[in-house]
Amino acid sequence: MLHGRKVAPLPIDLSHVGRRSVTSLFSNLVTRPTGRAIRTGVESQIAEMEGAPQVTLSILDFGQVRVLDYSCADEIVAKLLLRYLGDERPAEAFFIVRNLHEHHAEAIEAVLERHELLLVAVTDAEGPELLGVTDPAQRAVWEALVRRGRASRAELADDTGLPREAVTAVLAHFYLKRVAAVHVDGTVSPLSAFLQE
Amino acid sequence: MTCVVSVPPTLDSDAFDALIADANAAGEQRLLFDARHVRFADPYGMTGLLALGVHFTRDGVPPILQFPQSPDVAGYFTRIGFVAAAEHVFEMHDAPRSRAGESSVLLPITVVGSSDDVHGVIEQLNEHRIGELLSEQLGYSQADAMAFSMLLSEVSQNIVEHADAPGWVGIQTYRRWRRVDKRVVVIAVIDLGVGFRGSLEREHAGRFGERWGDATALEAAFIHGVTRFRDPGRGQGLKQIRRRVGRWGGKIAIRSGTARISDVPEWDDSDPMTTELAPFPGAQILIVLPARSPAPPPEPAPSRPGARPGHVRR
Repeated sequence: MLHGRKVAPLPIDLSHVGRRSVTSLFSNLVTRPTGRAIRTGVESQIAEMEGAPQVTLSILDFGQVRVLDYSCADEIVAKLLLRYLGDERPAEAFFIVRNLHEHHAEAIEAVLERHELLLVAVTDAEGPELLGVTDPAQRAVWEALVRRGRASRAELADDTGLPREAVTAVLAHFYLKRVAAVHVDGTVSPLSAFLQE
Repeated sequence: MTCVVSVPPTLDSDAFDALIADANAAGEQRLLFDARHVRFADPYGMTGLLALGVHFTRDGVPPILQFPQSPDVAGYFTRIGFVAAAEHVFEMHDAPRSRAGESSVLLPITVVGSSDDVHGVIEQLNEHRIGELLSEQLGYSQADAMAFSMLLSEVSQNIVEHADAPGWVGIQTYRRWRRVDKRVVVIAVIDLGVGFRGSLEREHAGRFGERWGDATALEAAFIHGVTRFRDPGRGQGLKQIRRRVGRWGGKIAIRSGTARISDVPEWDDSDPMTTELAPFPGAQILIVLPARSPAPPPEPAPSRPGARPGHVRR
């Protein structure tokens, strides 16, 4: 539950994700007004891409960011995720962060924890990472999902040793938090897999 | 009538408490802050003195300030930006002359009244090569230096978001600090705003009933992250600051109204909560961060005479 807001429980087919927006952030991202301005910019970018019934994969690149404070992370990351998770979301948009440094991750992890959110982070050097609070079953499923790139429930159950019902529950959680998506054949991919398509 | 308030030789957080009590006792008289015998001053003491100057301005007539007699100490007051900040706060007759470009402090006393000012503080830290300084002097990593900027941003925003009034920020490093035989960074963030009690009163006072006061307001915000905003993302800045200060083995203390709450590390002996202090508006935050290396690094050769004030522990 996201602070009383209902979220759509149905998975969304991302297999034909046709729209990508890349927002390269830079300099010192501090204070709430700065965060609000950036969030508004990202929302406008997504709105301008709307029109066809396609979804947008929005990539926030932190490679050039020096300082990111908690307040700014809350305004940019948490509020963007919350807005596009809710029933009244203005568009179908999914978010990935790229090139996070250790000190950025601290602020982002804090806001994700506060709002019970999950977020996929990718770097050029390492595999996709799931940020936010997760339990051991969720971590196991995530790691298996990332290893395979695309997997069925049965495969994930085999890989993790978890019962199928448990895998199903974890995947449902991932759909709700928009860090994974289903293909038309029912297989599942982590959000990061769609970057390569 | 003018009432003379003697500034203790060590102008720090303890002196600030004493000065408030003395100044309050003077009633409506004009005040003269006699700082002639000050031998040591930290950012908290100096920004606190500025706050006293503003608060005790009567009918547009500011208090008088007499500067330290020691040329070294007076020079330090200039370098840390106190003299420039005090020009609009005190009537001064013996102020040491400011010389542009001579500051060697981590962050000179800087006015914060808007989000733009917070950006200015972070830019200044970058210009002062905060990463290199913290690494060389305190053994902090590059990531720590970024976290330091983040901490400072959050603590400065506290003024903008909650005080509804301007304040000051100042930072300095010292070779030793009281009983800590290590180099430390001292951060002071002081404002004259509504204070924690004032900020939370409308939304939260009711559920505390008769227990409501400065101490309960501080406890609610500091320990439980209570804020006047309904946004669940708010009120977390202090939590992050405490977490970071704790990880570095530092101390954070917040004075507001008549109370002070602290996270007390093992090297400090202050009380976690102090009440019945002399009343003063706004909030005054002190953060002390010790070096990560066990002993202070060798003192660099003095670059010029008077680089360090008197017997200060800088």
